[in-house]
Amino acid sequence: MSNKLEISRRSLLLSGAVGAAGLAVSSLPFGRALAAGSLSVGFIYVGPRDDYGYNQAHAQGAVALKKLPGVKVTEEERVPETVDVEKTMESMINLDGAKLIFPTSFGYFDPYVLKLAKKYPDVTFMHCGGLWKEGEPDNAHSYFGYIDEAEYLSGIVAGHATKSKKLGFIAAKPIPQVLRNINAFTLGARSVDPAITTQVIFTGDWSMPVKEAEATNSMADQGIDVVTCHVDSPKVIVETAEKRGMFTTGYHANQAALAPKGYLTGAEWNWEALYPSFVADVLAGTTIPHLVRGGLKEKIVKTSPYGAMVGAAARKQADAVKAQLEAGTFVIFKGPIKDNKGNTVIAAGVSQGQTDIALESMSYLVEGVIGSTS
Amino acid sequence: MNSDLVLRFGAGAKVFVVSLFAIVLSLIVFGIFVVLSGVNPLDVYRLMYVGAFGSWFSWQNTLLRSAPLLLTALCTALPAQMGMVIIGGEGAFVLGGLAAAAAGLLLSDMSVPALIVQGAMAIAGMCAGGAVIASAGALRHLRGVNETISSLLLSYICIAVLNQMVEGPMRDPTSLNKPSTRALPDWAMLGNIPGMDIHVGLIFGLLFCLATYMLMFHTTFGFAARMVGGNVRAARMAGLPVGRLILIVTFLGGAAAGLGGMVEVAAVQGRANATIASGYGLTGILVAFLARQNPLIVIPVAILLGGIDASGGLLQRRLDMPDASVVVLQGIIFVILLASESVQEGINLPGWFRGIKPRSSAVAVAEGAE
Repeated sequence: MSNKLEISRRSLLLSGAVGAAGLAVSSLPFGRALAAGSLSVGFIYVGPRDDYGYNQAHAQGAVALKKLPGVKVTEEERVPETVDVEKTMESMINLDGAKLIFPTSFGYFDPYVLKLAKKYPDVTFMHCGGLWKEGEPDNAHSYFGYIDEAEYLSGIVAGHATKSKKLGFIAAKPIPQVLRNINAFTLGARSVDPAITTQVIFTGDWSMPVKEAEATNSMADQGIDVVTCHVDSPKVIVETAEKRGMFTTGYHANQAALAPKGYLTGAEWNWEALYPSFVADVLAGTTIPHLVRGGLKEKIVKTSPYGAMVGAAARKQADAVKAQLEAGTFVIFKGPIKDNKGNTVIAAGVSQGQTDIALESMSYLVEGVIGSTS
Repeated sequence: MNSDLVLRFGAGAKVFVVSLFAIVLSLIVFGIFVVLSGVNPLDVYRLMYVGAFGSWFSWQNTLLRSAPLLLTALCTALPAQMGMVIIGGEGAFVLGGLAAAAAGLLLSDMSVPALIVQGAMAIAGMCAGGAVIASAGALRHLRGVNETISSLLLSYICIAVLNQMVEGPMRDPTSLNKPSTRALPDWAMLGNIPGMDIHVGLIFGLLFCLATYMLMFHTTFGFAARMVGGNVRAARMAGLPVGRLILIVTFLGGAAAGLGGMVEVAAVQGRANATIASGYGLTGILVAFLARQNPLIVIPVAILLGGIDASGGLLQRRLDMPDASVVVLQGIIFVILLASESVQEGINLPGWFRGIKPRSSAVAVAEGAE
């Protein structure tokens, strides 16, 4: 009893003190009062953070944060999209004092981030995937990048590199984000030579190393000479392609070290540029938009440096388009575009720029892609 | 011969002691492994305690993670009482979740009371999971197909069916980049145990374990089932309905895992998608073997593994250890447990080894650790 009284007396005193100092602290953002400018940041990855892919790209962003003064970063890898991630986030909040959390996998958002954002209104959640909707918690944010811009550039380089005019694309699932990359890559390649085709193989899931290796080998057997992918870790594909003497373009992170002879370029996330700006915003109390999106222009995605084998013509064309993309004057999905069944999907004269909502529900493969979405 | 008597009457106590011995020894071996990778093992033990049982938050974290394991462990433990090694819990879990989602979506559209929706989901989940494992049992009984292989292969089929359904007929067209079924309405979801941040699935798991323990060890049905496990030919000679017993027990095992899948959908995910297949069925096999297939011992073992899981994150975050280190610990526990089983039975070991009783060696090891 006496304990209880003491606490209530203390909290009374405290609230009095806060009231007195109210004017002084009113300039601080509510709920984000930070002890001496320090910030504990938690990173959660769905796979291993040295996967040469999706998770490594995020881990590179975490490395960039570790260099900032007053920022403490804790990381947890291989956290499945189950209650595990809910409890990991809660453990970071309760045991590590995390005020900013990066749950980096797409499936973490609904229901886990939404649930915890309501429960811990003073913690900021930065989710990767671009899923936030009106009416969802204010402290939840979701970001994503237009990486199809970098895929288009990879397609141009691949289009110059191929001799057989046959490209390969190994992908996890026929979902809009993936289809958009396949289509952008193919459009880029066909801007070099309209005779080029892209064979696509869906493996069915984000991490299927055995199927990915089989797909790469079967592509090599078919005479495909440039291969790229959209899976969580391109490691197996890039290594297999290198062994089979194929060219590759990378995805998520830089895989040049795995394929010194065949790695042309790649579409990479640029999280190490984006994340420090989020931290700066949280420290300064600036409002971060609920949906953050951007491409090359906003420095959210980037391309791998060209390999030595990339010729001058390829560099010239890709650099020219890149300059236009960075200036925001180039549209990838510009009509007329037909799907690979002959239907017109974007009419002549229609330009679907990167922010066009129609691109978010893409369900077709463009002309020149060999494969089917179902 | 003596061990047979002990197994029958003091099954709980003896299994508990042997499992404890295996775990203590595993922690010591893990400690050596940790030292070799340059981390102080005392820090590791302390953090494991803090992360798993050090506070009310940690306890809830541990219990929440153990809830699905209670149910999936039974999928291996119950058929094991009949001498069958079933490892298809993942498939029963996944199909149970899918069936529960289908039933829940169908009934919640008809706006019947929440309890009826949840009851139907539980029944659908248990029937689907039970059917999967019972079919492995039927294949074994009728066609002599090895139940270990068939249940494993059935698992792959179940996961393929799940993916096919959520990416095809049952897909919510608005789930663009993560194919899922429609979400259950909030009112149809299973809630938390009052006063805790743990869903009621934990209670389902505890009750299922207690009920099946009573069934297997304190009823004539259970006695008959275990007799089949002891010697099928003797059981047949005694006139026991072997086929029926196999079907019922395998169905019960599958139903437990199927109920786990239902809980995953109705209390956690709110919808069915590929995430349901996240390995609970596989960890359940480990729990069942650690508990030496005893449904009662499944409870503390599931909590222990839930705790290891809960503390794994803290090891990563504080000591910068890779996640694989937790997998190493689980592997060490599993191997030492299997080894301890042969120590306990002491049948195929040289005579000088047979004299060592597991209890005394456990004490010796524990003392050595102090």
